[in-house]
Amino acid sequence: MYKLWASILKDTKILLRDKVGLALIFGMPVLLVIIVTSIQNSAFQMVNKNKLTTVLCNKDTGVASKQFIAALDKVGLLNLIPVPAINSEKDIKQLVREKGAMIAILIPPDFSQNIHDKAKNVSIKALESFGLPADSTGKNITSTPVTLYYDPVLQDAYRFSIEGAIQGALQLTGSSETLKQLYASLNDKPLPDSTERELLGSQSPINEVPLSRNQRDVPNATQHNVPSWTIFAMFFIILSLGGSVVREKRSGSFIRLKTLPTPFWVGLLSKQLTYLVVTFLQAVIICCIGIWLFPHIGLPGLKLPTDTLALIVVTIACGWCAVSYAICIGVFAETQEQANGFGAMSIVILAAIGGLMVPSFAMPASFHTISKVSPLHWCLQAYYELFLKDGTLANVLPNVLSLILIAIIFQALTLWGLRRKNLI
Amino acid sequence: MVTVDAIDIQNVRFAYPRNEGEIYDHLNLNIKQGDRFGVFGPNGAGKTTLMNLMTGLLYPQEGSIKLLGHNTATRNKEINKLFGFVPQELSFYKELTPAENLHFFGAWAGLDGNTIMKRTRELLHILGLEDVRNKQVQTFSGGMKRRVNLAIGVIHNPKVLFLDEPTVGVDVQTRHAIISYLKELNNNGTTLVYTSHQLNEAEDLCNEMALIDEGKIVAKGSINELLEQHNTSSLENLFLKITGKSYRN
Repeated sequence: MYKLWASILKDTKILLRDKVGLALIFGMPVLLVIIVTSIQNSAFQMVNKNKLTTVLCNKDTGVASKQFIAALDKVGLLNLIPVPAINSEKDIKQLVREKGAMIAILIPPDFSQNIHDKAKNVSIKALESFGLPADSTGKNITSTPVTLYYDPVLQDAYRFSIEGAIQGALQLTGSSETLKQLYASLNDKPLPDSTERELLGSQSPINEVPLSRNQRDVPNATQHNVPSWTIFAMFFIILSLGGSVVREKRSGSFIRLKTLPTPFWVGLLSKQLTYLVVTFLQAVIICCIGIWLFPHIGLPGLKLPTDTLALIVVTIACGWCAVSYAICIGVFAETQEQANGFGAMSIVILAAIGGLMVPSFAMPASFHTISKVSPLHWCLQAYYELFLKDGTLANVLPNVLSLILIAIIFQALTLWGLRRKNLI
Repeated sequence: MVTVDAIDIQNVRFAYPRNEGEIYDHLNLNIKQGDRFGVFGPNGAGKTTLMNLMTGLLYPQEGSIKLLGHNTATRNKEINKLFGFVPQELSFYKELTPAENLHFFGAWAGLDGNTIMKRTRELLHILGLEDVRNKQVQTFSGGMKRRVNLAIGVIHNPKVLFLDEPTVGVDVQTRHAIISYLKELNNNGTTLVYTSHQLNEAEDLCNEMALIDEGKIVAKGSINELLEQHNTSSLENLFLKITGKSYRN
């Protein structure tokens, strides 16, 4: 026991004197979680609060285009900046740049006329299908579409949202015009505004309910990002721990320890316990920041899962897996540069395939199986189960067992590597 | 009363895995308790391999190596309490102070807290490291680091002390201090097994020596005996006479 205590003391002192290592272990993840959550929170809020600046060029002078613009404005996704009618695409580009916009919408000069003609055609067909007399002078319509210009930087997901909003506004404008035409044909008088509002405004609302196990708030950027980047931070201890193992190997300390009457597992256990505490502290610090700092900087506060024991068990399992991986890499790396370079790159790759950067469900089908190889996948699934679905220990047990199995594999590889290199 | 040898090597055959050829084939060597035994040879002769075999860092494919009567092949960790090892590399933690290093390695050598404190005080005093006991070793000069390296090897008062180039890269004062301390240890009963390229230092320290070349012991005995046998006046001349003047890799 005294040997283990002396080893833990040694490992702790070495860690505390490695200022760069400490900054990487604690400082970088804290910065990362604040920055990424702020950015993603902004993206989460884009639909609700942060409107996308949009140049609007209306070449039409009719009523339908005004209705279309009003409908588009009501969606709340865009901050519309009207500009004078312009002709060339070059001018549009120029205006988009000047206004700092990401997209531009061009309404063609015959927009209202086309809406009107289409509505008239539909109403004629409707009256005919009811067996009522109708003015059958319907036109063949060749309409000029509404054009959407977008900055290539704009991600597809946003562009599709904007397209959906435009389609919705177009449908509303078309429906309104069709309704007016039908009403006028049947009643020989214009549709009253109140009736129009009643008819068009009777859309059913959508009730959104997160599928948590208990009653919880709607998930937000904080609930998504704090677990993700905590896991990332835990695995990034490889930069300190992996390097420390390489240093000990290269300095000959491992060899010297081999000549002493203490079994080598004491040294391995000491490193694991010391760095397990470090990973636990990382999780505690990042959670504290989520709970207490985030609300002060305009981010949603972190809500901890109700099953605290499950949270502790998952954090220990994730930490042990991260520590086992770091030691394993340290044993196989020949130099500190190799350990740091390979360690950092492999964590980024494992994070990517584990679903930390892009959600697993959005990955190609072939990646669904590959992602299970990444320990970060199991960590993330376990944390999401707790932070987003408010699961219990029973719900995360399969993930915890998978993490323990992966950690045991890393430990076995470590022992094999140490034996192969004649270090134990 | 029959006393066991400090080291008893019998018919040892050793080859590194994945390397062609054997390093040692039927090697026999005895080192008596209380000896100051030097192992010399040109580069690549197998001195470090022999040291690693004697300390249990490597195990022979055939034959036996006994340390104070205990076969190292049993891999019994209790044997490791009997000897100390001072490797050529500065094998300690540069981020720690000398006292912290001694505390850690002392614990691993099986000492309790009080004994470690007592031995740390003694060793830091003897090796002139008292004033810097709380400074990180990475700030030390080469000579000071060598003294820390030595102190760690002797913290548990070993019966046999293996030293691989213990004075490499140090100034005359440090070399003198280290050699004096090693002689003092030997006077107190510690067997020294020592390798070095410093032949004048070996003449001063060793009473017995073996010269090895290409995995074989080409000369063994007391320095005076060997000088007389080969009719030479210095260890350097003896060395060149036996191992030749051609370059070694």
